[in-house]
Amino acid sequence: MDKGKGVMGSNARRWAVDFSDNSTSPSSRDVPDPPGFSRASIDQDDSTLSRQKKDAESNWKAQKAWEVAQAPFKNLLMMGFMMWMAGSTVHLFSIGITFSALWQPISALQSVGKIFEPYKDSRVELLGPKLLFIALNLGGLALGVWKLNALGLLPTHTSDWVSSLPPAQEVEYSGGGLNLS
Amino acid sequence: MVWESSLPGSKASKSILYIPKNLKADKDDLILVYGKGSLNAVSGVDGEVLWKKDFSGESIEVSHIIQSSDVIYVTGFVDSSKISVYGLNAKNGELLENNHAALPFGTFGELLSVSGDMFVVLDEMRSKIVIVHLRNGEISYNQKHISDLTKDLAGQAVILPSRLPGMFALNINSYVLLIKVTNQGELVLVDKVNNGAAVSDSLSISEDEHAFAFVHYGDNKIHLSVKNVNDWNHDLLKESIVIDHQKGKIDKIFVNNYVRTDRSHGFRALMVMEDHSLLLVQQGEIVWSREDGLASVVDVTTSELPVQKEGVSVAKVEQNLFEWLKGHMLKLKGTLMIASPDDLAAIQALRLRSSEKSKMTRDHNGFRKLLIVLTRAGKVFALHTGDGRVVWSILLPSLHKSEACENPVGLHIYQWQVPHHHALDENPSVLVVGQCGPSLSTPAVLSFIDAYTGMELKSLSPAHTAAQVIPLPHTDSTEQRLHLIIDDKQHAYLYPRTPEAIDILKHEFSNVYWYSVDADNGVIRGHALKSNCIQEAVDEYCFDFRDLWSVVFPSESEKIIATMTRKSNEVVHTQAKVMTDYDVMYKYISKNLLFVANAAPKAAGEIGTVIPEEAWLVIYILDTVTGRILHRMTHHGCQGPVHAVFSENWVVYHYFNLRAHRYEMSVVEIYDQSRADNKDVWRFVLGKHNLTSPVSSYSRPEVIAKSQSYFFTHSVKAIEVTSTAKGITSKQLLIGTIGDQVLALDKRFLDPRRTVNPSQAEKEDGIIPLTDSLPIIPQSYITHALKVEGLRGIVTVPAKLESTSLVFAYGVDLFFTQIAPSRTYDSLTEDFSYALLLLTIVALVAAIFVTWVLSERKDLQDKWR
Repeated sequence: MDKGKGVMGSNARRWAVDFSDNSTSPSSRDVPDPPGFSRASIDQDDSTLSRQKKDAESNWKAQKAWEVAQAPFKNLLMMGFMMWMAGSTVHLFSIGITFSALWQPISALQSVGKIFEPYKDSRVELLGPKLLFIALNLGGLALGVWKLNALGLLPTHTSDWVSSLPPAQEVEYSGGGLNLS
Repeated sequence: MVWESSLPGSKASKSILYIPKNLKADKDDLILVYGKGSLNAVSGVDGEVLWKKDFSGESIEVSHIIQSSDVIYVTGFVDSSKISVYGLNAKNGELLENNHAALPFGTFGELLSVSGDMFVVLDEMRSKIVIVHLRNGEISYNQKHISDLTKDLAGQAVILPSRLPGMFALNINSYVLLIKVTNQGELVLVDKVNNGAAVSDSLSISEDEHAFAFVHYGDNKIHLSVKNVNDWNHDLLKESIVIDHQKGKIDKIFVNNYVRTDRSHGFRALMVMEDHSLLLVQQGEIVWSREDGLASVVDVTTSELPVQKEGVSVAKVEQNLFEWLKGHMLKLKGTLMIASPDDLAAIQALRLRSSEKSKMTRDHNGFRKLLIVLTRAGKVFALHTGDGRVVWSILLPSLHKSEACENPVGLHIYQWQVPHHHALDENPSVLVVGQCGPSLSTPAVLSFIDAYTGMELKSLSPAHTAAQVIPLPHTDSTEQRLHLIIDDKQHAYLYPRTPEAIDILKHEFSNVYWYSVDADNGVIRGHALKSNCIQEAVDEYCFDFRDLWSVVFPSESEKIIATMTRKSNEVVHTQAKVMTDYDVMYKYISKNLLFVANAAPKAAGEIGTVIPEEAWLVIYILDTVTGRILHRMTHHGCQGPVHAVFSENWVVYHYFNLRAHRYEMSVVEIYDQSRADNKDVWRFVLGKHNLTSPVSSYSRPEVIAKSQSYFFTHSVKAIEVTSTAKGITSKQLLIGTIGDQVLALDKRFLDPRRTVNPSQAEKEDGIIPLTDSLPIIPQSYITHALKVEGLRGIVTVPAKLESTSLVFAYGVDLFFTQIAPSRTYDSLTEDFSYALLLLTIVALVAAIFVTWVLSERKDLQDKWR
């Protein structure tokens, strides 16, 4: 018992075979590879196939990303048309359109990452589309702000700031007038 | 009406109407009218003036007209010691004789007619009675000492103006002596009444019977006796009544008789009380009484009502529950149309009572207030704005006649204390300023009254007079407003008389100014506080003024006829006026502005007395701190009377244009040019501007004025402007027209920016195309079809709700309403359906819930598929 224990304790495994072979170069072993076996062939075969596939995919992704990035442009045009239709007087319709014109770019800008998530790829360069997307949305936002200003809802005039100012206090106080009775 | 004639004249004088008996001139019944210094004989048939005798050249003060067959005698005093009689032919007014009699002493009071040609008057020492006898134009007189009639009475006597046949009444030391005058001119004392109050004129009850009434006080009661003039020992009527002592003493009494069913004479008496209220007494009871003192309102102020206290007693709730049930039963009956007329009346009364309007507590919108009015009789009333009822009234004891104060009059009423911090446990109070007589040199009377209870808190009779009262914009720690009372010697007295008030005033000493308008000499002077008074008696509440400036108008071409300032409690919301192109004009808003209207001295009288070339109107806008003239303008061919109203940076005034034969209204708006270069938006964004920092009048800002004039159809009795809590709501002018109505006119009609063809942008901005006259829209009479008889003044008070302004117009009638110049944009209308709103909300919430459940279910089904 003691011996066994001691044996077990000193060396748990008598022997072991390691099938794994991580080396790629045949020279690391004395035994040559079996004929027809090529260490790199699986990988390479696969990779040619998948490379093509991946290339196509990343192309598609890039293309899509660009498409997505350009999407706000159409929106912009439509917005512009609607704004033109809404006219320059303040009423429910024009205010609604103006605020949607402001809200859409803002919400789009907030979720830039999310929109380009599906096209994320190590090989796809997303900076370009993102920048274009942001630029177009900023353009939309500018359009909205311009409309807001055209409606006279932006405090860009002196009058907008002065109207809320109370009259200045007077230092002196004077009373009197005609005599009573 | 058959005829009406107006009698012209040049001199103001007493008016006497005399209808002679059995006197005919060419079949015309004559009516003799004395007025404006001339005697007119008017035909009773067609009102034509048959003849006229002018006495305005003579110095006689005509007091009586008597007739003796065909001769009319006109008598009166010249210089109080010379009796003069003119005998005129009744047919043609020809002067027949003129007699004079000089008395060796002066006289006191008026000549009283005793019988036909017998008159009595007192001498100037008020100790002798002078009996004047005019027999056919001949004057004879004899005199008698009062002490000969009654031994134990001494003092100043007064003849009561009651007309009794062959008798007169004399008041001396609270006794009333009834004295009979015999045909020989002898005086006989008939009766002596202690605590006598008033004696009526005699009333003829049958051919040779004359009755009269007199009242005297005793045992807290008023004793009314009606006696026969000839039969002294017999009382026709004797009654005693109790009258509320707040009505004061009895001033006058009138009797009127009726025949009872047993053919005896009954009498009713109308009493005029000291507070100008009327009482009708019949059979020992007050049949009705009227507060006619309210017809002579002198000044008005307002007070908030008490704050509603938390907690309601159980008894009240139970009663309310029962009342509530009963009320609903009644209403149900009313809707089912089974209510009897009594029930309908009860429903109506219930509606009135339960309406929020007449509650005695403050409301959320500030519509309910107390109007505190001072009347000429020296009585102060608090009227509830909800239903106009008198909440309390007090006949001010301090405005009572006394030795020191012979003819006290109330002049003005001011808000003295308006508690905000302790609104729950402190009552507001008002200050009544009066003086002891009609002239400025009589001492002042100050009275402080609790605005909720109507009790006089205290009263002061200071030695100084009250020429002017200046409420200062400061309050002390108990929220009493500081007032400066300025006497006729230009000393200022500070009230309240506390050391704290002095500290506050000392702190603001150099900033308190005073200006005086001397209309007689055409001078306006500015003064500033200098130091404590230099007098024998040290009074640290008394201050002297130093003169700063004076504006002297050329007396040969200008005479001050009207002045106007802004109301000191007016609130202005903004200092900028935005033009159509987003440009900004800065209003020149100063409380120290004075509008002065001067007329040509010749044209200071009535309309029609001068030709247009001799009339002009010069208006000035002055700064009352520095005396600077901000604006001056001349209206040629125009004259007064001028009525003006000053608000914010504009003044609107009304006058008569002689050339156009029409009334005109003009508006002047003043703008501050020195602020006009504040145009950079970034300075406002960063807050780098000094538009709200305190300004001084001494900085002499450059101003420009814009003005425009329009024709206006009506002549005007008063002009006011609406005032709102924050000054945001647009303004309306309230014009008291000659027809005793109040017309509301938008200020937009009086806007100097009006042009004949306003651009589209200007139209959008609310600018009305210029027309030569102001429109009078019948719907904008706020008095509707009612008339405020004898309209004298209009008072506006802001409600707590910004859109609404409370309007009180007073004259013989009183009128109160609330108006919203820009409609009630900040509250829902009374007929707004809250039920519908609630229903809509409930329906929407239900719809949201249902659709949410449905969508959940559909989602689930989709997922299972």
